[in-house]
Amino acid sequence: MGIIKASKLVHEFIRRDEEGNVESITTALDQVDLDVKEGQFIAILGHNGSGKSTLAKHINALLAPTEGSLWVDGMDVQKEENVIPVRKTAGMVFQNPDNQIIASVVEEDVGFGPENIGVPTDEIWQRVEKSLAAVGMTKYRNHSPNKLSGGQKQRVAIAGVMAMEPKCIVFDEPTAMLDPNGRREVIRAAHELNREKGVTIILITHYMEEVVDAVYIYVMEKGKIIMDGTPRQIFARVEELKAHRLDVPQATLVADELRRAGLDIPAGILTRRELVEAILSVRESRRG
Amino acid sequence: MIRDITIGQYYPADSAVHKLDPRVKLFATLIYIIALFVFRGIAGFAVITAALAAAVHISKVPLSYMVKGLKAIVILLFITGIFNLLFTPGDVVYWSMGPFKLTDTGIQNAVLMVVRLIYLILGTSLMTLTTTPNQLTDGLEKALGPLNRIHVPVHVIAMMMSIALRFIPILIEETDKIMKAQMARGADFESGNLLQKAKNMIPLLIPLFVSAFRRADDLAMAMEARCYTGGAGRTKMKPLRYNRRDAVTYLCILVFLALVVVCRVFLP
Ligand SMILES: Nc1ncnc2c1ncn2[C@@H]1O[C@H](COP(=O)(O)OP(=O)(O)O)[C@@H](O)[C@H]1O
Ligand SMILES: [Mg+2]
Repeated sequence: MGIIKASKLVHEFIRRDEEGNVESITTALDQVDLDVKEGQFIAILGHNGSGKSTLAKHINALLAPTEGSLWVDGMDVQKEENVIPVRKTAGMVFQNPDNQIIASVVEEDVGFGPENIGVPTDEIWQRVEKSLAAVGMTKYRNHSPNKLSGGQKQRVAIAGVMAMEPKCIVFDEPTAMLDPNGRREVIRAAHELNREKGVTIILITHYMEEVVDAVYIYVMEKGKIIMDGTPRQIFARVEELKAHRLDVPQATLVADELRRAGLDIPAGILTRRELVEAILSVRESRRG
Repeated sequence: MIRDITIGQYYPADSAVHKLDPRVKLFATLIYIIALFVFRGIAGFAVITAALAAAVHISKVPLSYMVKGLKAIVILLFITGIFNLLFTPGDVVYWSMGPFKLTDTGIQNAVLMVVRLIYLILGTSLMTLTTTPNQLTDGLEKALGPLNRIHVPVHVIAMMMSIALRFIPILIEETDKIMKAQMARGADFESGNLLQKAKNMIPLLIPLFVSAFRRADDLAMAMEARCYTGGAGRTKMKPLRYNRRDAVTYLCILVFLALVVVCRVFLP
């Protein structure tokens, strides 16, 4: 069993009127199956309202399943006594960088999580040191978060989660409010954590360029997982993605157009470099 | 103007004042405020001015930065001054018209009140400028700790304060942004009488409140995600410990208080 395993997970938001009668039911998660192995970097794609955040909050025990089950590192999230251990195992980085920084000084914010789980003072300092270094924010440790750029704030938030030494971190659209530079900073930090510390990463996003390096992708719509596979498998299905009004990486799109125009270019091209190589090899074969 | 508020903000610097235990600074501020209200005469004023000047100097916070914080209360100062000036009865009347009169006591009171207010703001903002909100609330939490025994939720209050302080600058910036956005759409926050002005504030206040509640929601979630469950079982990254510097400062504060009292009693 992987570190995150969901089986037929269902979550319903029930809205009631004053008398307690059910007014409406939103099924935010509908029979979701998920299996993430330890140390993987996986991505979840989907439109606004497709249930991505709801899924993320389950992994952190912030929401409880209506039906089905979810295990985090072998722990059943529905058991009351597992809530805190689950939160220690799976950290979460949220979308809005301002609304997840609690302290007014960078290093104090990074120390907030370890303080909550009762880490001794000396060890808190070591963890803060290490976490800030890992995201390249040591220089700013005494700064106020308000003076940082969006990308830097997000890196502080990542350090804050890292300091709790989780095995897995869920990133819920961490780049949605950032400029392209900030986006790159944050994605690079996530990949480094994955590569160097072996942290399992679940990246939720709707920027296609950010997921091409993931090992596995899940695509969600209306609470269901409608596609899953490696980036190459997913982005080979350009028509299907378009039908679901999802973007495709630019290089993939160009490759697709060229192929339909009659060039012999393989499906599932993800990056500009691969595209260039494919075009060059077409030229080679025409000459030869 | 709204961006000029420096109360509740932290000014990072490496100074002896910054390194003081927050409990000492809280105590000093309390004594300072008491002194401001008991002092009388030039001698007492001189003692307080000297103490404030020394503290500001040691703190390495630029005076200009602190004075900027006063801009936010200029109107308050003005009103206080005018009221005291025109409505205080006194022995010598220099000028009068209807209910207004300008008297010697009035002038004295006006100057005294304005100076008091300015000193009050400078002194208290020196504390918040040199103490991070976390330290401040840690200090409060520790100092008020005994109240826990009578079931006052000291930790919760301290946490609320520190979060409020963290979000003051963010909300101020947001107010500024919304104001500009609404002004670009033709909203008018300047003209009209008081009632009209209050009405004009609605397009500012509603988005501000909506966003504040959203933030509160997000923040609660983020705190929970990081295993926050209240004060029980928490450790501290920066536990409070007194050292020599703090002891010396306590002594200085007591000497200061004694001087102010002596000045009041013996030097009218
Ligand atoms: N607290 C809530 N109460 C009621 N409905 C909600 C709540 N949170 C989310 N929803 C609904 O659940 C669905 C999925 O939302 P969400 O998980 O936030 O999607 P995503 O993160 O993919 O944009 C949406 O239809 C949304 O309106
Ligand atoms: Mg979302």
